[in-house]
Amino acid sequence: MFKDDLVQFGNKIKSALLDLFPIIIVVVFFQVVVIHQPFPQIWDVLVGVVLVALGLMLFIEGLEMGLFPIGEALAYALAKKGSLTLLLVFAFALGFSTTIAEPALLAIAKEAAKISSESGLISSDSETLKTYALGLRISVALSVGFAIVIGVLRILKGWPIYYLIIGGYLVVMFMTIIAPNEIIGLAYDAGGVTTSTITVPLVTALGVGLANVIKGRSPLLDGFGLIAFASLMPMIFVMGYGLFWF
Amino acid sequence: MVNLLVDFFKILFYTFLDVLPILTIIVFFQIIILKQPIPHLRRVILGGVFVVLGLALFLMGLEKALFPIGEIMANQLSNPEFLGIVEGEVIHWTNYYWIYIFAAAIGFSTTIAEPSLIAVAIKAGEVSAGTISANGLRITVAVGVAFALALGTFRIVTGTPLYLYILGGYIIVVIQTIFAPKDIIALAYDSGGVTTSTVTVPLVTALGLELSGAVPGRNPAIDGFGLIAFASLFPIISVLAYSQFMFLKNKMFHIKK
Repeated sequence: MFKDDLVQFGNKIKSALLDLFPIIIVVVFFQVVVIHQPFPQIWDVLVGVVLVALGLMLFIEGLEMGLFPIGEALAYALAKKGSLTLLLVFAFALGFSTTIAEPALLAIAKEAAKISSESGLISSDSETLKTYALGLRISVALSVGFAIVIGVLRILKGWPIYYLIIGGYLVVMFMTIIAPNEIIGLAYDAGGVTTSTITVPLVTALGVGLANVIKGRSPLLDGFGLIAFASLMPMIFVMGYGLFWF
Repeated sequence: MVNLLVDFFKILFYTFLDVLPILTIIVFFQIIILKQPIPHLRRVILGGVFVVLGLALFLMGLEKALFPIGEIMANQLSNPEFLGIVEGEVIHWTNYYWIYIFAAAIGFSTTIAEPSLIAVAIKAGEVSAGTISANGLRITVAVGVAFALALGTFRIVTGTPLYLYILGGYIIVVIQTIFAPKDIIALAYDSGGVTTSTVTVPLVTALGLELSGAVPGRNPAIDGFGLIAFASLFPIISVLAYSQFMFLKNKMFHIKK
């Protein structure tokens, strides 16, 4: 038992390092072959790399121990229960709460606040920075919650995915015209950020679980596509957020 | 040392607040709606502790490693001295070619090693009943992301508007969607999200922001973001193109037979 745990632990560290490995290789290659300059703050960066690997490892291990099995079981149980309202509330809550804790979003919100204050778009006191970053995360989280609700409705009603995606693109384009220039890049990026560590497995579980329960739906065809909405909606919501701030 | 610990506990506290909503929702639905106790409660609590601890460590490492690596690389590779530019000389976008190569290399290497892409590739193979090979798909997506990041850094250097590129990309996706095998569409759309992992996002964001600060005439707030958007759009195009290609190839093969 104990030995198994150790082996598993080792595997987790290995896979966390594997994530970082390609980056390390590329950076070292460029430093040694192309740049020929001492790398600044090398020890700090190395400590940071170890912290990132260790942190991700613990994070994912923790998710797999608790959150993922419960989330999947819950998604499945609620899909089976057959109450549409409950299911939609759960879908929204799941999208919102997993996005708020998404590490990549935490990172990008922080950078965005820093950049906006440096270019004088928002004032630079730490209170405003925090509010701006938190507001950004909340609007992204709301958008993902909303996206998952639409995605679930799509699976239930069997709407073809491309109508919704193309419709979404049109809204994105419309928002791009009216939104301030300073938010557009960030908004487009927010779409890719929301769908990483926590959200993808839980949301996919919800989609596949639903498609399994409903007659005439194939888990492979209808179960997917939730993530696509979760990357589209944040663009629209973040541009709305930009309209509000600037 | 004491400072580091105080920092850590501060981060730990905020991380706990970040994870709290998930906790609330699980408890609410499990106990109030389904009226069932949480299974394996001790294991779940331990898992929760791991999540908070891991997230806090990751956030500390982010500041120490991932942001600095992106910033340092952007700075060094766009330094006029490194580029061999004499002061006062007009800088052409071709002078920054090392940046494009670096971005492409980061894009390719991180994508090819991305675990969630491997999972999607295997699923795509299943859905297509063997028309699409998992490895072929992975290489296609990785090349797509490499090209996307190179193009994204080119856009930052030239300061051309982001929406034009994205609009162009969308139009391509829409046209591809009309012709692509229907089974693959949802999966292709989803693949856009899986290429940008938790490790790559901060690094690539820092790279873009620092680059836009280093290139004369660029404003980080307007030009700095957008790399992630490129990296999420191009996989959709490359997956659709690849499946279309394999589908047609298969068809040709059958006709010949």
